[in-house]
Amino acid sequence: MMWFIGKRLVQGLITVWFIATATFFAMHNVPGDPLLNDRATTAIIRANLEAKYGLDKPVTTQYFIYLNNIAHGDFGISFAQENREVNDIIREHFPVSAILGILAVVIAAVGGILWGSLTALYRNRLPDYIIMFLVILGISVPSFVIAALSQLGIVTINSLLGRTFLPVAGWGTISHMLVPALVLGLTTMAYLTRLMRSSMLEIVNSDFVRTAKSKGVPPARIFARHQLRNAVLPVITVLGPSIAAITTGGFVVEIVFAIPGLGRFFVEAVQQLDYTVIMGTTVFYGAFLVFMVILVDVIYGFIDPRVRMN
Amino acid sequence: MAETNSRAIEGDDSFTRSAGKQLALYALYAVISLSVLVYILSVAAAQFGSNSTGQAIDVEDNAVTITLRAEPPQLDQGRSTDASSFVVLAHAFEGLIAYDEEARLTPGVAERWEIREDGATFWLREDAKWSDGVPVTAYDFEFAWRRVVDPATASQYAFIFYSIKNAEAVNTGVLPKEMLGVRAVSDRQLEVEFEQPTPYFDKLVAFITFLPVREDFYNSTNGRYGADADEMIYNGPYMITDWVHSASMVWKKNPYYWSDKRGFLDEIRVAYITSDTNAKLNLFKDGQIVETELLSPMLPGAMAERWQIDRIMDGTVFFFEFNHRPGRVTDNLNFRKALMYAHESSELVYKALKEASYLPAVSLFPAWIQGVNGPFREEYPPPEHHMDLEKARHHLELAKQELGVDEFPPIVMLSGDTPVSLVASAYYQELFRKRLGLEIRIDAQIFKQRLAKMTSGDFDIVLAGWGPDYDDALTFGDFFASWNLNNRGRYNSPEMDSYIRTAQSSLDPKERMDAFGNIQQLVYDDVAMLPMYERGWSFVVDPRLKGFRRRSVGPEVDYNYAYIDVSSD
Repeated sequence: MMWFIGKRLVQGLITVWFIATATFFAMHNVPGDPLLNDRATTAIIRANLEAKYGLDKPVTTQYFIYLNNIAHGDFGISFAQENREVNDIIREHFPVSAILGILAVVIAAVGGILWGSLTALYRNRLPDYIIMFLVILGISVPSFVIAALSQLGIVTINSLLGRTFLPVAGWGTISHMLVPALVLGLTTMAYLTRLMRSSMLEIVNSDFVRTAKSKGVPPARIFARHQLRNAVLPVITVLGPSIAAITTGGFVVEIVFAIPGLGRFFVEAVQQLDYTVIMGTTVFYGAFLVFMVILVDVIYGFIDPRVRMN
Repeated sequence: MAETNSRAIEGDDSFTRSAGKQLALYALYAVISLSVLVYILSVAAAQFGSNSTGQAIDVEDNAVTITLRAEPPQLDQGRSTDASSFVVLAHAFEGLIAYDEEARLTPGVAERWEIREDGATFWLREDAKWSDGVPVTAYDFEFAWRRVVDPATASQYAFIFYSIKNAEAVNTGVLPKEMLGVRAVSDRQLEVEFEQPTPYFDKLVAFITFLPVREDFYNSTNGRYGADADEMIYNGPYMITDWVHSASMVWKKNPYYWSDKRGFLDEIRVAYITSDTNAKLNLFKDGQIVETELLSPMLPGAMAERWQIDRIMDGTVFFFEFNHRPGRVTDNLNFRKALMYAHESSELVYKALKEASYLPAVSLFPAWIQGVNGPFREEYPPPEHHMDLEKARHHLELAKQELGVDEFPPIVMLSGDTPVSLVASAYYQELFRKRLGLEIRIDAQIFKQRLAKMTSGDFDIVLAGWGPDYDDALTFGDFFASWNLNNRGRYNSPEMDSYIRTAQSSLDPKERMDAFGNIQQLVYDDVAMLPMYERGWSFVVDPRLKGFRRRSVGPEVDYNYAYIDVSSD
């Protein structure tokens, strides 16, 4: 097991290095100039800014300085927020995205597994039709529409009740995070429901379920031990990438609900060509994604002994 | 075989029932553990939280809740360039001269001033104090201004100081910063020397970059000045007591502020930082914030709610900037005239953009600019313009002959990626194709890339906008000066330059305004640009909040004169 984890960690490190390198050169080749602003500046001010951010050196030199810096965990100073270090930005805003993301993923996973099993259990009956219709909606309606609609829904509920039942936007309490997390996790939940449903249906017809039934194992036990436990494996496999996708994909939800998460910086930095923040957030999220995939592999090993053997 | 099997299982109702029970049990476990998780997460989230109280107006605490459009990148007045920072700084600081409720100049830290041909003197009031009780002195301005022009500061707004003696030389590194023509004679007297006569200097001084900075405090922040609430010291009606980045701010009344005519609220809570106008409208409907802007599609709903809808021009004029560099088709006057006669800005605004608060632009100078005694455009009406296809085609023929071409190459129209610029560029593409048979290629780019292409001259036409820095016609008038770095189309005319020099330095208000009148005419005759629209906002304010202002010049929203009045309810 240790050998397995160690091998995956080394692979992960190489992946992160590759992400850093690719992002660095892609970013420097994106057209546009990070130091340009509405009001034109004189040559000397520009030269000073270039020196401040090290843009006066050749790109390859910049690259090695940069690699050295991230090896020491230093992502530099933001171009747009001149007095803030990228490390501070990540430290202050990632926890918000992470909290929102964790909640969204848990809601998505739990909801997906429960709804998926329910639809499989009641296949071709009313609960199945209703849930699968909602699943199609959840997959096809983009999250910015759902976000805006649910916010409008909150306002309507509040005005009907005549008091603030749920906050419209903002961050900080339980009531602030429920709706955004649900919206954020909705698409993933829909996918997982579908995945869980088909996986359950496959297992319903498998030999060991039939054997268990013929042996007279109690139905609840067959359902829990034989069907659910096996059917949940493919769901766990896709969970790792979904965690990363949800935590990094919170941009729209963060804007609509005015949540101070890192997703905003991730997207806005690209629009503003804020080199250091682009690099910092991309490498950080890249490392996060790699870590999540490794974590899921390890968890998978615990659930399914066959993985450990290989 | 499988078919029979699955049917057998489906048919087995008792199996489904017991399995369903088991599932319901799991669901119960899931809900319980989810609630525990939510509770744990909310404890963790509380430390990054916003401070929304659920009330737009808190009468008991004499406080209001507002939103900011964007997180201020930093609040260093010497280096800030964006509208959100300007809003915060305009409440937390006060310059020598401020704006009153009606956007006229009014004494700030200076109780009186004198502007001469060669310079200016400001006499500072005795009772102006920083938020720790230390008096504001002339040295705080001397330090702040030297710091802005110091090339090491790399302030993007340093150019606005260039009418002060040696400012440009200091800013370009030729002279040391101590040579800047600003000197604190005593604690309460500031002397300014001009590079050239600057009759509008009082208006300049009201700009954000001229705000004071206290040297001892600045040095104590070790280069982090303006990065956080405790890395700043304030002299305005309000002080920032709390700043959670990208989430919230609290501005409290500054107990040491000298005037009782500004800063009536005890607390202003910036509870949300978001640029999403839909979210803001929802917050306003829910009674969470005191003010929000309304886009055109929101107006019917707002009218149905019987809200009092107000309108303000935000000051910015949008226009076609032509590339006047030699070798470009757009360098040809007849070609530009052809485009001018083929278009009418009212058509763009009323038929294509359909934004109720926009005005068709007819001049380089927006409608709200002041002239000698009244509005500039009443004293100097813009040249009358009517669409005339006959003339347009005539000029196009002349252009063809002058350029010696049978067909024009495709014209590159550089545009931003905002919805409004995309609509405008698509509109013009269609219009010039239909009316003149020209092929327009739209090049839509993100902000920084559009600027890069504008700066390097990689365009024929660019849809650009220009907003005011200070309340004088010159903030627009010097745009086409050959030395102006913002003149990215490189328009160059000795006649224009000479009018601008007069407008910059003439001490006779009439002569200055005549120069602006000439500039307006020359921009039209030479088709230096084509005006498109003046941007405006519809907005709605909580009726219990009085004295709130939106402004065309200065901070876009101004709560310095705002107070709560519940009597009208």
